[in-house]
Amino acid sequence: MKWLFFRRLAGVSAMREVRVLGHAFSPTTMLEDFSRLYGAAGGIASFLGQVRAGTAQALELLHYEPLTLPGMEALADQALERFSLHGVLAIHRTGHLSPGEPIVLVAAAAPHRREALQAVDFLMDHLKSAAWFWKRELRADGWHWIEPRKQDISDIARWA
Amino acid sequence: MGVRVLFLGPLADLAGTDEVRLAAPLNWEGLLCAVNPAVAEHLRGDRVKVACAGKVIADKTQLAALDGDEVALLPPVSGG
Repeated sequence: MKWLFFRRLAGVSAMREVRVLGHAFSPTTMLEDFSRLYGAAGGIASFLGQVRAGTAQALELLHYEPLTLPGMEALADQALERFSLHGVLAIHRTGHLSPGEPIVLVAAAAPHRREALQAVDFLMDHLKSAAWFWKRELRADGWHWIEPRKQDISDIARWA
Repeated sequence: MGVRVLFLGPLADLAGTDEVRLAAPLNWEGLLCAVNPAVAEHLRGDRVKVACAGKVIADKTQLAALDGDEVALLPPVSGG
């Protein structure tokens, strides 16, 4: 229970790393750093979202900076409150991306696997529908905005 | 200085620009009059949210932007 003490001592902010990046990142490096930081955790779960290969030649992610980062930080704090965690990581790309490039990386370190897996699921469902990102795809006939999916709304309702 | 109004995502295409600068103070009616009819129609709908000075307004019709404030018009997000 040393981590509980640490949490009280250092505050919630010491437990999360949240970043919005305008450039490519290496998920493996980030996960290595994360697992080193939480070496005492029983389990670390992660999710990596990539640009799907298909009709789109490129993807552009736009955001509104004054809301995006505070929103993601608040979401990370919710996950820390809701689940028993050592720490969380949430990284989101903006700008131009190519098929296969990482868009989003979420990780949670916990004493036990269930909490880590659930926290990652929770973070992804909320990031999908609540974070201030707009996507457009470049297809053969030009740029197309991507509309929100109904599935994203029903996914978030699971946590109510 | 006035009020900087930003059109986010697909709204920028409808507005034909990313941003405009309007006279302060700016309220909801003033905003609707200043944007083109297609944008105004979207703004009146439930799906577009409005942020002022970095905070999403619970009731956008209560918009009261002051000199130097940034107003962001936020259409539905595509998901992360």
